[in-house]
Amino acid sequence: MAVLLTKNSKILVQGVTGNQGRFHTKQMLAYGSHVVGGISPGKAREQVDGVPVFDTVEQAVEKTGADASIVFVPAPFAKDAAFEAMENGIRLVVMIPEHIPVADSIDIVTRAQELGVTVIGPNTFGIISPGEKTKMGIMPNHIYKPGPIGVVARSGTLSYEIAFSLTQGGFGQTTVVGMGGDPVVGQTFISVLRHFKEDADTQAVVMVGEIGGSAEEEAAEYLKTFGKPVVAYLAGRAAPPGKRMGHAGAIIERGRGTLESKEKALTAAGASVVTMPWQVVDALREATQK
Amino acid sequence: MKQYEYLAKQALAEQGIPIPPGRLVNTPDDAAEAVKAIGPAALKAQVLVGGRGKAGGIRFAQTPEEARETAQAMLGMDLKGYTVERLYAEAKLDIEREFYISVTTDRNKKVPLVMASLSGGVEIEDVADSEIVRQWVNPRVGVLPYFGRQMAERLGLKGTLAKEFADLVVKLYHIYRERDAELVEINPLAVVDGHLMAADARLNIDDSALFRHKNVERIEEGSALEKKVHEIGLAYVELDGDIAIMANGAGMAMATVDAIQYFGGKPANFLDAGGGASVEPTAQALDVLVSMNPKVIFINIFGGITRCDDVAKAILQVKQTTGIPVPLVVRLVGTNEKEGVALLEQAGISAYSDMAPAAERAVQLAGEGRS
Repeated sequence: MAVLLTKNSKILVQGVTGNQGRFHTKQMLAYGSHVVGGISPGKAREQVDGVPVFDTVEQAVEKTGADASIVFVPAPFAKDAAFEAMENGIRLVVMIPEHIPVADSIDIVTRAQELGVTVIGPNTFGIISPGEKTKMGIMPNHIYKPGPIGVVARSGTLSYEIAFSLTQGGFGQTTVVGMGGDPVVGQTFISVLRHFKEDADTQAVVMVGEIGGSAEEEAAEYLKTFGKPVVAYLAGRAAPPGKRMGHAGAIIERGRGTLESKEKALTAAGASVVTMPWQVVDALREATQK
Repeated sequence: MKQYEYLAKQALAEQGIPIPPGRLVNTPDDAAEAVKAIGPAALKAQVLVGGRGKAGGIRFAQTPEEARETAQAMLGMDLKGYTVERLYAEAKLDIEREFYISVTTDRNKKVPLVMASLSGGVEIEDVADSEIVRQWVNPRVGVLPYFGRQMAERLGLKGTLAKEFADLVVKLYHIYRERDAELVEINPLAVVDGHLMAADARLNIDDSALFRHKNVERIEEGSALEKKVHEIGLAYVELDGDIAIMANGAGMAMATVDAIQYFGGKPANFLDAGGGASVEPTAQALDVLVSMNPKVIFINIFGGITRCDDVAKAILQVKQTTGIPVPLVVRLVGTNEKEGVALLEQAGISAYSDMAPAAERAVQLAGEGRS
């Protein structure tokens, strides 16, 4: 099984005729994702890899019954795209673009809460459910395999590194969720952990966090009642304060968002916290054999 | 993007928030003129570093002549690594009390947060939690006057101050929203002659929203090298070690810096060459690393969207053009790994497939770390 994204999800691609949209539509189809349509205003009647293109989400939903959408449009237009999806009945929206204004993200997330929409991102690699052979995202297809581990991460390539080490170490994954690297994103560690808690197939969880904000500290509070083994790895130990480490959200501001604070909270909550990415598999082996 | 104090003050004044009389000073003559017009003044260096008062970045002048001399000494001076190019001359205030107020984004609650305290004039982190009033904003509603009145009441303000405060909250939120601010802060929010006045202000704009603020002056922070790499469009942070680092993706780049430190090495930088960078930007990034003259260069790539053969091509390109005069350690796995590794091997470079031994080797080659 999987969380949030299953093989039944019918997926739209907003911005399907752009470079990224085309490339990743192909990749998603190759993985097995059920991509039922693409959106590109003015380009209706085209096809991308056999996927029909529509002018509006409204049209696409009417014709295909889509319930999920992945957004590839440039950041300045991302708010419009997200609202178009949400207002037309889409219930899972994955926001790939980086550099979406925080004010736009606040508006998107606020509306999503009102409508009960799940927003993943912005600035995320997406979500993949290996056992269901489906993904909405830009992650490489070959590094995952089905299995009992849930992964929730703030960063893309680092989560690939860790997912691949899990796969090689014999730990397949139920679902891997990218929260996104921005200050304001749709998911928290807690919201994703709740899904993993309910999912009978998920036996343990790997959290990949980083400096900035206090999502890890908040998660630690929740972990006390989580009931499944958790291994956490956090990046940014050597990061100087006041500097943005690539992600808009990865910054130690005025003494807040430090790695020490996060590791301390997670350790106190019973998570197995490792210092380096290559230590995750051993820690997981130990945590799941207890 | 941080704004200079005088720009933050301008933003406040445009909304009708009272600020002290002040003038921008570009030359010693400007300073004399300013003091002639506004009387005894503080000359404040317009730089984006905290603690400028203690570092000599705020000085006082009673007369135009004194202002000229002081400005002469301050303009061009080095303040914590920044050259002072402009001053802001501001009338000296007779401050009765110092409050604090700010609007920022609460990352966990995902809504704007207004914070205020009657204990201002110090960094808000140093104020006891019990002395801070916090109110969260429903972004669909915004900040209406009642929101400010409630806050004034919670703070225990009365009469004129309560009224002025409530009004100020509305205006400050307006600035936060209209200017796509990450932070707009007045500290101290001074009481002068029984009225509120913004004695010092900070305004940080969301970098991602700059496209819709074409008129806002672009202020690039950081060293010359940081600015140069930012111009290529890559995320870069200078650190004080001597092992130069490149990785793909922000998280990987952070983890790579951490790994070097883990083995006892000193990372020289953080460089995110992008989650899906192609040959050209990767080569440009590598050129920058070479120009830093490090002891060792460590490239750590997990190719997802990034293709390993592209990275290899970039490395070979730089090797053939600029040259790579220092030891190079490459860890290369993922998409098109075989092709990438083969290309490197033809050029006599062997690649690692695991991150740990590669990082350890880089540290060893730099002559650092645990022996």
